[in-house]
Amino acid sequence: MGKILQVENLHVEIKTELGRIQAVRGVSFDLDKKETVAIVGESGSGKTITVKSVMQLLPSTGSITEGSVRLEGKELTTLSEKEMLKIRGSDISMIFQDPMTSLNPTMTIGNQIIEVLKNHRKDLSRDEMKRRAIEIIDLVGISNPETRFKQYPHQLSGGMRQRIIIAIALACDPKVLIADEPTTALDVTIQAQILDLMKELQEKINTSIIIITHNLGVVANIADRVYVMYGGKIVENGSVEDIFYHPQHPYTKGLLAAVPKLHEKTDKLFTILGTPPDLTDPPKGCPFAARCSYTLKVCRQYPPSFTPFGNHHESACWLHDPRAKRMINEVRNAG
Amino acid sequence: MPDKQPLVSVNNLKKYFNVGKNLTLKAVDDVTFDIYPGETLGLVGESGCGKSTLGRTLIRLYHATDGEIWYDGMNLTKDLTSRESFQFTRRAQMIFQDPYASLNQRMKVMDIIAEGIDAHHLAADKKEREEMVVELLQTVGLQREHANRYPHEFSGGQRQRIGIARALAVNPDFVIADEPISALDVSIQAQIVNLLQDLQEKRGLTYLFIAHDLSMIKHISDRVGVMYLGSLVELTTADELFTNSLHPYTQALLSAIPLADPNLEKSRKRIVLQGSLPSPINLGSGCRFASRCPQMMEICKEVSPELIEVSPAHFVACHLADR
Repeated sequence: MGKILQVENLHVEIKTELGRIQAVRGVSFDLDKKETVAIVGESGSGKTITVKSVMQLLPSTGSITEGSVRLEGKELTTLSEKEMLKIRGSDISMIFQDPMTSLNPTMTIGNQIIEVLKNHRKDLSRDEMKRRAIEIIDLVGISNPETRFKQYPHQLSGGMRQRIIIAIALACDPKVLIADEPTTALDVTIQAQILDLMKELQEKINTSIIIITHNLGVVANIADRVYVMYGGKIVENGSVEDIFYHPQHPYTKGLLAAVPKLHEKTDKLFTILGTPPDLTDPPKGCPFAARCSYTLKVCRQYPPSFTPFGNHHESACWLHDPRAKRMINEVRNAG
Repeated sequence: MPDKQPLVSVNNLKKYFNVGKNLTLKAVDDVTFDIYPGETLGLVGESGCGKSTLGRTLIRLYHATDGEIWYDGMNLTKDLTSRESFQFTRRAQMIFQDPYASLNQRMKVMDIIAEGIDAHHLAADKKEREEMVVELLQTVGLQREHANRYPHEFSGGQRQRIGIARALAVNPDFVIADEPISALDVSIQAQIVNLLQDLQEKRGLTYLFIAHDLSMIKHISDRVGVMYLGSLVELTTADELFTNSLHPYTQALLSAIPLADPNLEKSRKRIVLQGSLPSPINLGSGCRFASRCPQMMEICKEVSPELIEVSPAHFVACHLADR
């Protein structure tokens, strides 16, 4: 129990001129109360589409073809747009990558926060809303909240804008906060401030967080559990320690090895050859087969299923199959 | 390395921009350093610190406001004759950040790469030109058939490879790479960095590598310069910088990098800088970092510290180190 969000066997298709992209192909994940889960993957792996499906914010060309999204047991995929409006911003909020474009340049900061309150907290009077807005600006660590309330986005720096976006997202104490690359557009010193802020606010308002990022350092900093996505599928998931110290899937291992370590000297970085698969015509078998150094015949033919590795750690790879292990041993002994 | 003659020597370089009535943006202010042949000098700093402006001034895309840039005995900051200027374009080349914006969408890859070859008449005939382009494509890990395609047919990593091939076409000695990997995915970043290192070994290139990713800078650089608001605050070897940094800004920057190691992330102590970068327009006197420095002293508000060599090959501009 205690699962706040459950996504099961999610399939999403997007229509484009080049054909139907099967952006998400059977993704399942869950989120506990007060937990921070990271979804890691490269561009095109389907991580943003996955969370946009949770929010029911897919582009008009995209649709969920299969699967379910449940928030505290309540199915979201069958809700009407009107019902969804009540949930977005109050039960689930999302913050986007680019703090420069996700605020309305023609509205004051204060009015943008009040707009959310107007939609979801009809019980508050205009004055109470203003007070609440100033309180939230203060909460996200911005000094002189009364002055900031009246200012426009262009008067703030990138880091401050991202704080305001977080303030808007948290205005109604959401149960789930989805953050899509929240620090990618920011400098490292500002990034550190924003990550600290997110952790601090999570403590204060007991929200659960889904963070999407390709920065493994950010994942190590903030996440409790990690889902690694590749080619529209989750290939491995586990606690942050399992993923970083005991990765099982060749893609996870490759991803970790491709990042230079600050405390070690390496001559050459490990690289994953090739490029991600074309999801208009996704590979029949394992999505990573074409780039994997350990590809077996079976990898190209059949998608692997998850093999468990201890507590809540699983990886989808044919190499974990006992038959593959036996075969590898035979080949080794023969050679 | 310092016993060698520098390839590039930058002395008190300034690049100011006029941004309206009596307002001056000092993007690069009094920066001095050398780049030695065959080395990779990394340049780090947050956005707006002037690292790209510095790179662009070095390659003469911007005119220096004041100071000198010497390139292999040639003074780049005095007015070069058009012939000298043209020759310089063959010796120094640039790789840009955005592989989507830096290639002409209407040109075929063949013509993009061959632009420099044509300008400098490096190929005798059409056949030789084609051979040179194909060889360049293969050098950067692409194939012959890619020459007849357009940039939009390639992924980000492949486009960056085309950008590198374009820069190498004139056989330069010195390459400025301005955030060459920051628009790419992690697994592709490693491919491009390895390619740049291979090329350096094979061709004896000298790099100025501009980036904000400190782990990558450490990996690729021999020496690293740290910039803050237009000035160079620390310059030393990569190992020294990451083990024994002296400037409080460098220390804060290093402590802010998220490391791909959860236990380390939980245990390490961060130096959290308050506030954000002040505006580089009409700065007062004193150290530029003073407003955010956790160890600010009285003198810092009045006197701007000079870049001094505190130990061999370790330069710092900070009053704390100057004692």
